[in-house]
Amino acid sequence: MKLKLKIWRQKNGADAGAMVDYDLDNVSPDMSFLEMLDTLNEKLILDGDDPVAFDHDCREGICGSCGVVINGEAHGPEQTTACQLHMRAFSDGEEIIIEPWRAAPFPVIKDLVVNRSAFDRIIGAGGYITAPTGSAPEGNSTRIPKPDADEAFANATCIGCGACVAACPNGSASLFVSAKVTHLNLLPQGQPERTTRVLDMVEQMDAEGFGGCTNTGMCTVSCPKEIPFVSIANLNKEYRRAVKSGRKA
Amino acid sequence: MVETLSKNPRVTGFATLHRSTIGRKMIMAVTGLIMLAFVVVHMVGNLKIFFGETEFNEYAAWLRTIGEPALHEAWYLWIQRAVLTVALVLHIWAAVTLSRHDVNARPVKYHAKRKGGYATSTMRWGGVTLLLFIIWHILDMTTGTVNPATSHEPYERITAGFDQWWNVAIYTLAMVALCLHIWHGLWSAANTLGWNRATTAGFRTFAVFVALVVGFGFLLVPYSVVFGLVD
Ligand code: HEM
Ligand code: SF4
Ligand code: FES
Repeated sequence: MKLKLKIWRQKNGADAGAMVDYDLDNVSPDMSFLEMLDTLNEKLILDGDDPVAFDHDCREGICGSCGVVINGEAHGPEQTTACQLHMRAFSDGEEIIIEPWRAAPFPVIKDLVVNRSAFDRIIGAGGYITAPTGSAPEGNSTRIPKPDADEAFANATCIGCGACVAACPNGSASLFVSAKVTHLNLLPQGQPERTTRVLDMVEQMDAEGFGGCTNTGMCTVSCPKEIPFVSIANLNKEYRRAVKSGRKA
Repeated sequence: MVETLSKNPRVTGFATLHRSTIGRKMIMAVTGLIMLAFVVVHMVGNLKIFFGETEFNEYAAWLRTIGEPALHEAWYLWIQRAVLTVALVLHIWAAVTLSRHDVNARPVKYHAKRKGGYATSTMRWGGVTLLLFIIWHILDMTTGTVNPATSHEPYERITAGFDQWWNVAIYTLAMVALCLHIWHGLWSAANTLGWNRATTAGFRTFAVFVALVVGFGFLLVPYSVVFGLVD
């Protein structure tokens, strides 16, 4: 395959950055999207140019590091991570526009790499449980109703990639926060912090500068882990419950 | 004024809900639902016009007597106006401040545009259209300032007002905006208030139904004047 690439190049956070055109030949339809970028970078290095910086780690769709906006869609045309997207999803001669996640709380570090520490700070605010250290407790001693376990598990699959923020017209982190809150607030282990968790995580989300949810649903359709949209309704329900409890701290 | 939700003190109860994005959205949802309740009753009331001039004018006069003798004449009407004004002001305040916060969260736009996500911009522009319409509608039907009718009778204001084709066009445009606003807004409010469950289809269908009934219900009146069913 032959491709016309348009890629966002930006030396560092202070640089203005711009879209740069590249022509790439000999792309196999079996390559992953990241392998296609590797091929481009090999060529750039041989030409003495600076390779395109992009984030990646596991390359098997589980770590959440990769993620770029491809032709306007977070992680590209298929509902998976960029590392699990293959070039057969594109056609020969196609123009592909590649941009970093765009959101004020996700500043660009270099080219396609953004700083997602804002997510870590949201997790730090309440995305944890209080657990005793020491030997692991007997697994079956805490019983969990099957529907709760299923819903908690579905939400626990969030890999924190940030595609929901990138896809949302408001740069909102609601889907991410809702996945964490739904996961932990459903389980018995999450009960001690049930109220503080949702208040603190939402407060951190606002403080980081993520936008609000306008219920467009653009996040869910871009989420590689298919976190359901109704999790946001659940986040709002948990929030309402927590506010009603009137916790002052 | 730069809106910084980031520096707000924390939410400690319903009285401080306005400090967070979700809290503000809940204020928007509740005030929207209050206005929607009014809009539905108003639409149904308007249909009395199909029972003729006398009955319609009597209905309008009766509206001023609600709550009597406990309340004085037209007091109920003024209480309702106060509640709706407060709801409208809070709704617009939440819409404007949240929209500004949302726009700030995406300072750099994407080069490649993606399809979809029209609901948010439709709500923003539709909301502004509705605000302009509310002003026009009060000048037309409440004060009669821009209405050609010579009497104060509601029936005459309607027939005279809708004998002007461009006024029918204004009302049509506004009702399309209202229909779309309810279409997304009612379902959105259910989500914001945490009412939606595993399947979101229930409220979505209900919202579309209410939106269409309200839109068509209101438009029946001006178009009946245009086609001579009411004159
Ligand atoms: C007059 C000026 C108005 C403006 C500027 C305005 C603006 C907005 C905006 C920006 C939203 C958020 C939309 C979103 O979720 O993306 C909204 C939501 C809503 N509006 Fe309005 N609106 C106005 C009038 C009305 C009226 C007259 C009604 C009553 C029928 C109404 C009912 C609603 C409802 C129920 C919501 C849903 C709240 C939620 O999303 O939780 N609005 N409005
Ligand atoms: S909710 Fe989905 S899109 Fe958002 S961070 Fe988690 S996995 Fe990524
Ligand atoms: S590189 Fe780990 S999810 Fe793509």
